[in-house]
Amino acid sequence: MRIECCYCGVRSSEEFSYLGDAAPVRPDEILSGQTQDDTVCQRWHDYVYLRDNPAGPHRELWQHVSGCRAWLVVTRNTRTHEIMRVEIARDVALARSK
Amino acid sequence: MRYSIFTLIGQALRGNTGWRPVWRDADLKPAYDVVIVGGGGHGLATAFYLAKEHGITNVAVLEKGYLGSGNVGRNTTIIRSNYLLAASIPFYEWSMKLWEGLEQDLNYNAMVSQRGVINLYHSDAQRDAYARRGNAMRLNGVDAELLDRGQIRTMLPYLDFDNARFPIQGGLMQRRGGTVRHDAVAWGYARGASDRGVDLVQHCEVTGIRIERGRVLGVETSKGFVRAGKVGLACAGNSSRVAALAGLRLPIESHVLQAFVSEAVKPLIDNVVTFGAGHFYMSQSDKGGLVFGGDIDGYNSYAQRGNLPAIEDVCESGMALMPMLGRLRLLRSWGGLMDMSMDGSPIIDKTPIENLYLNAGWCYGGFKATPASGWCFAHTIARDEPHALNASFRLNRFATGHLIDEKGVGAQPNLH
Repeated sequence: MRIECCYCGVRSSEEFSYLGDAAPVRPDEILSGQTQDDTVCQRWHDYVYLRDNPAGPHRELWQHVSGCRAWLVVTRNTRTHEIMRVEIARDVALARSK
Repeated sequence: MRYSIFTLIGQALRGNTGWRPVWRDADLKPAYDVVIVGGGGHGLATAFYLAKEHGITNVAVLEKGYLGSGNVGRNTTIIRSNYLLAASIPFYEWSMKLWEGLEQDLNYNAMVSQRGVINLYHSDAQRDAYARRGNAMRLNGVDAELLDRGQIRTMLPYLDFDNARFPIQGGLMQRRGGTVRHDAVAWGYARGASDRGVDLVQHCEVTGIRIERGRVLGVETSKGFVRAGKVGLACAGNSSRVAALAGLRLPIESHVLQAFVSEAVKPLIDNVVTFGAGHFYMSQSDKGGLVFGGDIDGYNSYAQRGNLPAIEDVCESGMALMPMLGRLRLLRSWGGLMDMSMDGSPIIDKTPIENLYLNAGWCYGGFKATPASGWCFAHTIARDEPHALNASFRLNRFATGHLIDEKGVGAQPNLH
């Protein structure tokens, strides 16, 4: 598998480390032992543990640790390992916060 | 047909013309008491124990491919019960006990070989960790022996004991661990279930799960609708996809794990040996090939094949452990889908949907668990409540905080 890093060009997947699904969004609320709100607990549970785990296109976070160290959002087909799109994670996060 | 020395001699005299198929390839009926989705090791074992232990024989096992086409035929055949945590040890030890009586139970030769599993340690800290694990095992009545360097050298003289970075200091051994002929496990359970009246239906893909007012009515399949009193899911790497048909999201990611076999050589490795400084495990099959494996590739995959970096990593670990491996050629490598759970432990439980049951999250340790998994899942389905042995493997443990994280790496499935 080769990933086209937005800064470094096409590089072997060995240079990257994998975090996982890019879809889960960290909840805004802080969770503590005192948290009473069940929906907050549920949101954190879903964020930390639950995944769609699709067979097909999957948006996922990779970091180019042996290169520019940028975080990337890679769209990859989990059935074929074909890499369909690479975006800079920061741009994705900024676009989401708009 | 019951197998014995007399049927063997009888068939030999008749030129082996009287053997019958091991199990019945059944047609789908319109309704069953229990439908098991997934005709792999765990699904077949579940059907067998439903019939044997609970007398429930109006059961169908639906398999989208051919029987045993998934991980039960792709693993490295190792069985062991050398776990650390209180939730895991009794469960895996029950599996080991079922392995020990399996062939008599099934009247089928699964080539259960208790050749011993040795986990090598390479540092003082690792020795202490293994001593702790061994003690935990012995407290639970499981056999474990801490061996020193000299004892290991007597057994495995060809390992690289004086490796500059990872010298071998000793190992933790479970003598009752070993290997089992993996395909025969599927065939044996299939035969046992089929003989007791269970319908094994191949090339029958489940395409939907019909639910009304929070209760399962049956499953839609490529061969039509089947009404079911209860539905059990044992879909391994495809668990998330099948559970999604019932609207469930699981704490699971599917990853690819590769396994390898070398060209055949004369008897060389008596035991199962694991390298403690990397992730590498090895044994020798009865055909002579060295069977080995290591880490998962590390990214979500449904491809049933992996990439070269993982192959290189496994081979490097093998060379660091046993330099003479470099003279062997790799015969084949292949991949399977691992249902990697968020804490590295499995789920055998009811679901929020009435009469729908889940068996998933086996990571890359499902084969050794096959008998106990089927046994506990059958109990959970038949009694509508978990057995004490799987009472910790709940689906809601991620919400309640009762995680079973053997490796202690947290909610990062590719590190378990």
